[in-house]
Amino acid sequence: MRAPKKRSRIKSGTPSGNTMTKTQNSRAWLFVLPVVALVAFNALVPLMTVVNYSVQETFGNNQFFWHGVGWFQDVLRSERFHAALGRQMLFTTIILLIEVPLGVMIALSMPRKGPWVSVCLVLMALPLLIPWNVVGAMWNIFALPDIGLLGYSLNAAGIPYDYTQQPLSAWFTVILMDVWHWTSLVVLLAYAGLISIPDAYYQAAKIDGAGNWAVFRHIQLPKMKRVLTIAILLRFMDSFMIYTEPFVLTGGGPGNSTTFLSIDLVKIALGQFDLGPAAAMSLIYFVITLLVSWVFYTAMTKDEQ
Amino acid sequence: MKARSLVPIIYIIFLMLPIYWLLNMSFKTTNEILGGFSLYPHEFTLENYVVIFTDPTWYWGYFNSLIYVSLNTVISVSAALPAAYAFSRYSFLGDKHLFFWLLTNRMAPPAVFALPFFQLYSAVELFDTHIAVALAHCLFNIPLAVWILEGFMSGIPKELDETAFVDGYSFPRFFTKIFLPNITSGVGVAAFFCFMFSWVELLLAKTLTAVEAKPIAATMTKTASSSGYELGLLAAAGCLTIIPGAIVIYFVRNYIAKGFALGRV
Amino acid sequence: MAEITLDKLRHQYAPGGEWALKEIDLKWQDGGAYALLGPSGCGKSTLLNIISGLLEPSEGHVLFDGQDVTGLPPDRRSIAQVFQFPVIYDTMTVYDNLAFPLRNRGVDAGTVDTRVREIAEMLELDEMLGRRAAGLTADNKQKISMGRGLVRQDVNVIMFDEPLTVIDPHLKWKLRSKLKELHQRVKVTMIYVTHDQTEALTFADQVVVMQAGEVVQTGTPVELFERPAHTFVGHFIGSPGMNVLPCEMRDGGAFVAGTHVPVAGTPKPRPEDKLEIGIRPEFIRFAGKGVPARIVNIADAGRSRVVEADVAGTRLHVILAEGATLPEGDTHLAFDPARTGLYANNWLVSA
Repeated sequence: MRAPKKRSRIKSGTPSGNTMTKTQNSRAWLFVLPVVALVAFNALVPLMTVVNYSVQETFGNNQFFWHGVGWFQDVLRSERFHAALGRQMLFTTIILLIEVPLGVMIALSMPRKGPWVSVCLVLMALPLLIPWNVVGAMWNIFALPDIGLLGYSLNAAGIPYDYTQQPLSAWFTVILMDVWHWTSLVVLLAYAGLISIPDAYYQAAKIDGAGNWAVFRHIQLPKMKRVLTIAILLRFMDSFMIYTEPFVLTGGGPGNSTTFLSIDLVKIALGQFDLGPAAAMSLIYFVITLLVSWVFYTAMTKDEQ
Repeated sequence: MKARSLVPIIYIIFLMLPIYWLLNMSFKTTNEILGGFSLYPHEFTLENYVVIFTDPTWYWGYFNSLIYVSLNTVISVSAALPAAYAFSRYSFLGDKHLFFWLLTNRMAPPAVFALPFFQLYSAVELFDTHIAVALAHCLFNIPLAVWILEGFMSGIPKELDETAFVDGYSFPRFFTKIFLPNITSGVGVAAFFCFMFSWVELLLAKTLTAVEAKPIAATMTKTASSSGYELGLLAAAGCLTIIPGAIVIYFVRNYIAKGFALGRV
Repeated sequence: MAEITLDKLRHQYAPGGEWALKEIDLKWQDGGAYALLGPSGCGKSTLLNIISGLLEPSEGHVLFDGQDVTGLPPDRRSIAQVFQFPVIYDTMTVYDNLAFPLRNRGVDAGTVDTRVREIAEMLELDEMLGRRAAGLTADNKQKISMGRGLVRQDVNVIMFDEPLTVIDPHLKWKLRSKLKELHQRVKVTMIYVTHDQTEALTFADQVVVMQAGEVVQTGTPVELFERPAHTFVGHFIGSPGMNVLPCEMRDGGAFVAGTHVPVAGTPKPRPEDKLEIGIRPEFIRFAGKGVPARIVNIADAGRSRVVEADVAGTRLHVILAEGATLPEGDTHLAFDPARTGLYANNWLVSA
């Protein structure tokens, strides 16, 4: 066993080179060629298409005219985009604030050994492997005000609830659905971090008279930091790109109350076929996602130099 | 029992409730569903499942999904293996930028690519084929597979490679006979994640298919919108989509925790 | 501070399984420096964890100053432990690490500060009090774990579980002598678990040698060296270890290879026992008469030479001091009678 050393390889941007000296080798390019080809085909060609659309105007008949940065200005000034972005930010913030602490709490209270570990893990991982539209459909049925367990119970308890009519109910349902769908990811990551802590740390803390909070604050949390960084990044990215589940559940409604960025984008692109604005919005959206991910990542890893 | 163990129990109950409700609905007749609220099926029926298993548009949906998911898993993992090896062992011109660029694709909202994908795959005449969906899903699965495998490979000491080359192994023989057996759990985890993300994704899969390769999940959306209120059928189809995931999780149950940490704990 | 009594301790990890500890009875004096020495898997770490309270024994009692603490958790026993791998709180500074056990016990800030500075000075950590503990070297990290035990004034015993495992060789002796010096300054009972005889013999006043879940001998380093109570102790301690030769008893005397060998005292073993002579390589000389032997091999060990000789099919080692002449071919060996022990079924038979 090696001493639990600080390893500075975790994610993003840098391959985990710090732990071993690597040979300079140009044959390496041969090895990465298939990956580059496949990803480039899927990423660069469509991206070029998007860029192309974003700077042109069309009046139908497949005729395009140069439009400069006009679409970008339009999108950035549009009320509609601001509203969707605002809803998106609010949604992502809320689910991060719920899922991360909740996931950590559940991971902390899980058994570390024994037959129940596998049972817990398998059951908890289940929501992660259900197709996203089935998640939406399932919650759609579960939350129906008249025949869904959730909707019926809430109404029976005297709480007026109808996610197809009341924006607040819709938000509540979308958030609860996301918590149901994704908290397990945080649990599993946090749990992986927890079981990697050697027993000696807990024993030392016991001898030092540390209470539960001190153990959490000074042992468990620092050791979970790496996996929690991954968890927060993944949850940020995926919730920021969310489309299918709320689309199936609420269709973005009632009104526009749950129209998040992706839903709005698809509405503009495929519903209204406004290719220029949709393309410009796509690029802005992509850049925001990248930017925020990068900010998150640097903020969470800054004291590791 | 300690109060502490209540937390996971309550959480698991919360997770199971919507699934139970879906199961409950799938065994009800349409009459009972529309008749009102009931905690369990009073007129238990398998009718909804019979429909799915006898109607080719339904059960082909399953096969279509499984075909493109399997194709994608094979393509993603086999392309990612040499690349991950290169990233973990060699330093080469632009390696860091390339790695970062790969990861940024994981951050590309599928909605952004939906329309261009449709046009691209129509242009290369792959529209409505399994391979189209399998290739499209490479966009986010390959970066993920490279990332996971690179993590596992970096845990293998470089001396292993050097010893093998000194012993006269050629590179392909070393890679398949010595290196791969050492990272089987990494390959398993990578395959699991590729399967998972390809299985659950729908936006691109739906955009790129019409009839021939239409995924089960898309068949469901169609049912929901076109033929009105066939909730029982919808629920039965939904229940069936949970099964492949459950089987896969069962197989990797002992690696789940480590796997989700992507080998980087 | 306390006297520690282990009363008929037995332990097994699984019911019906093998006994990791087979009945241990020991008394540790207050303020002593003890070592628990034995090969891997002999049960020494199990014993340590029972004393610290991390493990509850299957049978028997642990007494601190006559008080039964068998069921008490570690934090209520006032003990401290230093682990094999440095356990430090990564996110805290060195100062906060040292202050941690005191703060957890609600000690006021003034006292904390005095104690931390006092201990830091003792451990030569005062230069780095403000630094993040995570960036330190392994030996400094081990010093911090030690310091977390030393800051507490109520500590009954500080236990060390192979604390030098991850320390670079050239720093090992430095840390070890620091430990010895600390023991003399603070006079807290210290128990040092190790499989390394040098560490045990240089640190401890009393060494407890364990083998297969049993205590085979307790004694000062000199006693262990001069009068090993068990052939295992003879083998395990010393470099090379004690020579053990089969022998037989005739007319009240021991005979090896047909030659009479005088032994210490006048032991009277039972005739059915397996009898052996134990003699350390340091106490054998080449002589004109005595046990006939043939020299097989010579290894130069710097200041001395280690000669391997064959006595009637058994190999034994002789340490030849610097300058002594080496006979050639067949020769005879003389054993120092006062240092020659007779062992029956591996146990020393005294007069």
